[in-house]
Amino acid sequence: METLTLSDVEQKYYSDLFVYCDTDNTKKVASNGRVREIFRAAQLPAEVILQITELCGATRLGHFGRSQFYIALKLIAVAQSGLPLRVESLNTVKDLPLPRFTVGKNEQEARHAAVYSDSENQGPYSGVIPRPPGRGHVKKPPPLDTVQPCVPTADAQPDTTSPVVSPSQSPPTSPHSWRKHKRQASGGNSERPPVVAGAVWTPFGETQSAPVSGDGMWSPPVQESWVSFTDTPPASTIPTMHPSSIQESTTIRTVASATTANEIQRQSSNYDDPWKITEEQRQYYINQFKTIQPDLNGLIPGSAAKEFFTKSKLPILELSHIWELSDFDKDGALTLDEFCAAFHLVVARKNGYDLPEKLPESLMPKLIDLDDSAEVPDQAQEVGFPSSPVEVTSNKSPSMPSLNQTWPELNQSNEWETFSERSSSSQTLTQFDSNIAPADPDTAIVHPVPIRMTPSKIHMQEMELKRTGSDHTHPTSPLMVKPPELSEDNKLPASIKFVAGNTVGDGYSSSDSFTSDQEPISGVVTRQRSHSGTSPEGLKAVAPAPPPPPPRPQASHSRSSSLDMNRSFAAVPAGQQQPGVVAYAPAVPPRPQPAQASGSHGHRSTDGDALGPHASTSPQKIPEQPNFADFSHFQAFASEQPPDDADKHGEVPQAEKASDPTCSLRTPKVDPQSEERTPATVNSTKGATPLAPPPKKPIRRRLKSEDELRPDVEEHTQKSSVGAGVLTTQLSIPRSVGKDKKAIQASIRRNKETNTVLARLNSELQQQLKDLLEERISLEVQLEQLRPFSHL
Amino acid sequence: IELKFHYTVHTSLDVVEEKVSAVGKVIVDQRELYLGLLYPTEDYKVYGYVTNSKVKFVIVVDSSNTSLRDNEIRSMFRKLHNSFTDVMCNPFYNPGDPIQSKVFDSMVSSMMVQTC
Repeated sequence: METLTLSDVEQKYYSDLFVYCDTDNTKKVASNGRVREIFRAAQLPAEVILQITELCGATRLGHFGRSQFYIALKLIAVAQSGLPLRVESLNTVKDLPLPRFTVGKNEQEARHAAVYSDSENQGPYSGVIPRPPGRGHVKKPPPLDTVQPCVPTADAQPDTTSPVVSPSQSPPTSPHSWRKHKRQASGGNSERPPVVAGAVWTPFGETQSAPVSGDGMWSPPVQESWVSFTDTPPASTIPTMHPSSIQESTTIRTVASATTANEIQRQSSNYDDPWKITEEQRQYYINQFKTIQPDLNGLIPGSAAKEFFTKSKLPILELSHIWELSDFDKDGALTLDEFCAAFHLVVARKNGYDLPEKLPESLMPKLIDLDDSAEVPDQAQEVGFPSSPVEVTSNKSPSMPSLNQTWPELNQSNEWETFSERSSSSQTLTQFDSNIAPADPDTAIVHPVPIRMTPSKIHMQEMELKRTGSDHTHPTSPLMVKPPELSEDNKLPASIKFVAGNTVGDGYSSSDSFTSDQEPISGVVTRQRSHSGTSPEGLKAVAPAPPPPPPRPQASHSRSSSLDMNRSFAAVPAGQQQPGVVAYAPAVPPRPQPAQASGSHGHRSTDGDALGPHASTSPQKIPEQPNFADFSHFQAFASEQPPDDADKHGEVPQAEKASDPTCSLRTPKVDPQSEERTPATVNSTKGATPLAPPPKKPIRRRLKSEDELRPDVEEHTQKSSVGAGVLTTQLSIPRSVGKDKKAIQASIRRNKETNTVLARLNSELQQQLKDLLEERISLEVQLEQLRPFSHL
Repeated sequence: IELKFHYTVHTSLDVVEEKVSAVGKVIVDQRELYLGLLYPTEDYKVYGYVTNSKVKFVIVVDSSNTSLRDNEIRSMFRKLHNSFTDVMCNPFYNPGDPIQSKVFDSMVSSMMVQTC
């Protein structure tokens, strides 16, 4: 085993534990008995424990010697903090919280841990966790407690374990008793270094007293969470002081026995993410949300949220920071999730936690995409501010995967012409947004408002669900989609996924669904191409990946073979979208995006011809009717960009016209989907033809894409009505068109898609080449500079 | 030291205003490449950028640095604009206050580092 370096505290702690286990006083501990207890108390899964024992060599020796035991304890700490178990981590991991052992152990152990944990400053969780309890105290509207804020804190601190335990009262109801308990507890446990607590407390005491006197709003409801907060810190080191654990502590408290409460608390907090919101807290937050905004799916405008959080008496700068973190979609308003996250951060801050630089994963607003949950929908409705890639990456979840990275890449690619379209489009978007944003960041504009460019799977879903005409910040949806998938790449993948989802979920006939799937995908792809700026990342991300194999020849697709078509189309768009997008597609739940799919499909063919390079319009395409407004905005944006739009407009109409006949031809073949498609394309050619109603989602998609191309802020209704008309006409088109024509068209489409994908790839590669050349030049220069020196 | 930059920015403001007021129609030119302002001694370029809300971004670039392409400048402005709108979204932010957003600052710093 590696040599194990322990800090002093750890040393003490471990030796205590060892002594505890070493009941035989043989200086080595058997692997059974106490050791088992301890390990069980560590709340680690069985296999982890097994792994630990193996790592520390106990299995080898058959028992735990002192060193093995220490190693095991350290590994437990590692595992508890979520790090992979590795031998190297023993010594490399600094600031490792002490291993936590919960109830299984005796209280003493817990106390030990608590004590040690308290005294240790656990790195990851930054900063000493001041005794939240103090905070909690204050929060409660305890008449008695007003005086105590400072006192209990000091007292409470020492008792890390006991205070937690003692307050076995329901937080809101018995703050007093809680306080008293705390005090009592403090008396009990003198191990805790009061110093830490004291220092921490005093500031809190002051803050606490303020709130106590103050805020109706904050006190009772807050108590619960506050209390819980306070409880946990004493009990465990920072890791244990998770809000979740706090919550649990509250529940525990309510339950009762003081002694065990602490341990229980520890247990609960062991594996909690420090930022996780427990159910209790969430409920509380939801209630608070309701007081401001009765509709849980609605948004809280920024001004209301500002007032609300100002009541918490945090400095404006911190509140501003919290806002930046929690307003995921940057729309100037908070959805339920965002609100909960913000509230949670405020609570944490008040309890002494430092604000994170990035939003913790557990606080990320849930992306609606998969579940149709209503939460996100509204977010989309907020005024959309363009989400800069930079912002997205920097602000949002740290776990954002490559998407974020693709953003910077994309930005760099701005120099390229191909990408410049995108950037210019984003610029226009920005322009658009700025029009609205400064004016009214808080209002949820329901109609053509600049939409965020962030990919929004959620948007799409929301849109579908909600069908609201409000603008969404598409960008928000991406955030929503998944914490990791923040960047606009999400949009693309999301759109694709949605497309797939839509097709599936549409409930069309199998063939229909397939075809629609294809269409949306292709449509999305084309959209992207045609609309610059929205999904640069997607393209970027995909750049390195080789384009997917061209879709299978779709010649003579019959209804029965729609599956194939589907797949082939899917392949195509995926390829075009590039790997990043494709990756997302599977992940996205089959959110019906019929509109998008069909719409995009039509466009795809057209766009493929016209626009070689990108334009990321996927997000726009994705949203369905509800996103109608959004689309129109996007289109508005797109149109604003003279270079892009001109091309697009010119191209799209042409393309559409060209594709129309094909579309019409195709429709008969493909059934409703094709019909939808053609109507869409037809519509597109016509321009602002309204999209068909939901059943014709693909068509709608088309319209949308059309809209995007042309700044068209028409209402959904108008479009839908027109679309319906078109649809009917389409339906009437005889389906007698030869299958081979359709097949030919399909293959043409596919080829076009491939072309666009390849073009994009080409542009990206060119950019890379350019970058490399620059590097080479710089290196050569350096070399030259150094050469003279070499002669010396 | 910094005063010079302040002075430069102020003078460029005048030019920006001149440009903005000159446009009769509603041409909202997002950006203006202002390469003209190049003093022989100062040896830098000033780029102006006006948003729809008349907020002006001015970038001063040292000419000794390899000239930045137009697109680069544009992308910088775009990023600036995006970050700015994000900052604006924050209800706690009073327009007119110096921007204290860390995100914004980090974005700006990274951008500057990128170009150097």
